[in-house]
Amino acid sequence: MSTMLNDPRLVAEQPGLRGVIAQYRRRIAQGDVGQLPVVVGLLLIWGIFYLASDGTFFVPQNLVNLSLQMAAVGTIAVGVVFVLLLGEINLTVGVVSGLCSGLMAVLNVKLGVPGPIAVLAGVGAGLLIGVLHGLWITRFRIPSFVVTLAGLIGWQGALLFVLGNTGTVNLRDDFITGLAGTFFKGPVAWMFGTLFVVYVAGNGVLARRRRLAAGLTADPSAVVLVRAAIVALFVIAALYVLQLDRGLPLSVVFLVGLIVVMDYVVRRTRFGRMVFAVGGNAEAARRAGIPVARVRIAVFAIASTLAAWGGVMASSRLLAVNQSAGSGDVLLNAIASAVIGGTSLFGGRGTVWAALLGILVIQSISNGMDLLSFEPAVKQMITGSVLLAAVTIDAIARRGREAGR
Amino acid sequence: MTVAQGTPLLEMQGISKRFGAVQALTDVRFDVCAREVVALVGDNGAGKSTLIKAIAGIYPIDEGTIRWEGREVTIHTPNDSVALGIATVYQDLALCDNLDVVANLYLGRESANPAGALGVLDEVAMEQRSIEVLRRLSVKIPNVRTAIASLSGGQRQSVAVARSVLWDNKVVLLDEPTAALGVAQTHEVLELVRRLRDEGHGVVLISHNLADVFEVADRITVLRLGRYVGTYDARTVGREQLVALMTGAVPGEVAR
Repeated sequence: MSTMLNDPRLVAEQPGLRGVIAQYRRRIAQGDVGQLPVVVGLLLIWGIFYLASDGTFFVPQNLVNLSLQMAAVGTIAVGVVFVLLLGEINLTVGVVSGLCSGLMAVLNVKLGVPGPIAVLAGVGAGLLIGVLHGLWITRFRIPSFVVTLAGLIGWQGALLFVLGNTGTVNLRDDFITGLAGTFFKGPVAWMFGTLFVVYVAGNGVLARRRRLAAGLTADPSAVVLVRAAIVALFVIAALYVLQLDRGLPLSVVFLVGLIVVMDYVVRRTRFGRMVFAVGGNAEAARRAGIPVARVRIAVFAIASTLAAWGGVMASSRLLAVNQSAGSGDVLLNAIASAVIGGTSLFGGRGTVWAALLGILVIQSISNGMDLLSFEPAVKQMITGSVLLAAVTIDAIARRGREAGR
Repeated sequence: MTVAQGTPLLEMQGISKRFGAVQALTDVRFDVCAREVVALVGDNGAGKSTLIKAIAGIYPIDEGTIRWEGREVTIHTPNDSVALGIATVYQDLALCDNLDVVANLYLGRESANPAGALGVLDEVAMEQRSIEVLRRLSVKIPNVRTAIASLSGGQRQSVAVARSVLWDNKVVLLDEPTAALGVAQTHEVLELVRRLRDEGHGVVLISHNLADVFEVADRITVLRLGRYVGTYDARTVGREQLVALMTGAVPGEVAR
């Protein structure tokens, strides 16, 4: 931080905990609200459903169901976050998840390919489809909306073709059904929880130590500790409740693991920086020597690969793949999750954690309304309103930020 | 004011460039030495931008020779220009508004950790070096982790200029660096130009604002209608004389 400031309009930064709180308050006042409205909204939704369902919403069995429902679309939403960070859109994530799970199911059930290889083939097909989208968008300079709109129609047809006249393929392979049907209890569950907390806390402490050693400013240790404590509390509570029922689902371990890895990629690697640069100002990125086309292709490949993986998880939970796999609200919920979590549709702004936060909101609403046996019509209208409310809060906050410059 | 001596860093002679039916540059010469600021002036359509883009490798020249430190070179692409050690700061700055100052300074050239096979960013080293460079150039930025979007026009310009010298470039081309700035910010950027020169860079400045030109330039090269008019010592040429040369009211030097 430069100390030679004489501009009275610049707010001096205070050291220590007080400075952090003051800075946070200022950011909120300026409209840089971050994830705060979503977290508040989520707590509000939970509170409402808790009261309205006479507590059944927080029954362990329901929370395990909720986490299982989240895993597939949450995985797909992580890929959508990447695409949105670029300022592009991908309308195929739903149908590609269906197509790739269909491929896996046909390979395994009809052609007798072993489970792990069938899963790998399904996910690999997703990768190829993503590369194809990326190549088409960059080579022919066609907007991603149009290319993936064509894909939305075409890949849906491909799924029907792959499934043939059987319509529905039932899955019995232990490996495939085990992906969503495995639960951890006791030491293994606690080990996963501990790993996660140690990762979060260790990251904070190490980053702080490195910055201080280099003579840079760092968050006060109290902030690092409080952050780790909040995460630890949440993890302990979640693990405790989940183990009152079936336990910690493997699919949730996959989802959180994926988010941790992808968050690292986005925030801490050159590739992630390139994604933000292309999403923020593609021309500037090009002039800075960033291979813009290759970054775009890679992002579309990631999105389709994760869509395929999400499709595998969904079919593993439903124990079948049918003609409507990946259709309907899968695409819309995945995009809505990314956006509700605070990822901008215009590129360059957002986090991977947004996918988790967003899917928690979407799935909580859906799950809660199912408990209260709402009509599908009402469910859809309410989900739409929540999405609109989330992006409106973000837009108003952003306007405040820009005007306040 | 410093007087440049020795072999010019960049020397161009007999430069011609044609776009279809338009002869944008005809037999233009230009040179810049280390430790000097050369202003490139001329009315609209004089060929300033074309010449700058020829140096930056965006428009390869049709005819003429380019010498870099006395050695003949060709500049066909922006990469050729960058490889020689020429940095260009365009009017639109080419910054990513969504990224912070450090990320923009290092855009496309991020440092990776020693264990950086995976391309893991070394944020600490980048932030240290950014603070150091900004301090050296006396650029006032409250916090290098602020996003570009929340900086003032002068601060953005300063970040763009600082980026050009972060990589030990010898020549820095500045295209209208003060065009959209207020009085105090213009002063700040001109200070920065002087500091670049004092550090040993050769600075080429395009500006419409003659007050800015007289404030920082050592020499002034005048173009008119795509032709070379002359190069003048900024201490001796008068403002009226310069305007007359730019508009063609008086002829320039024939040869130098």
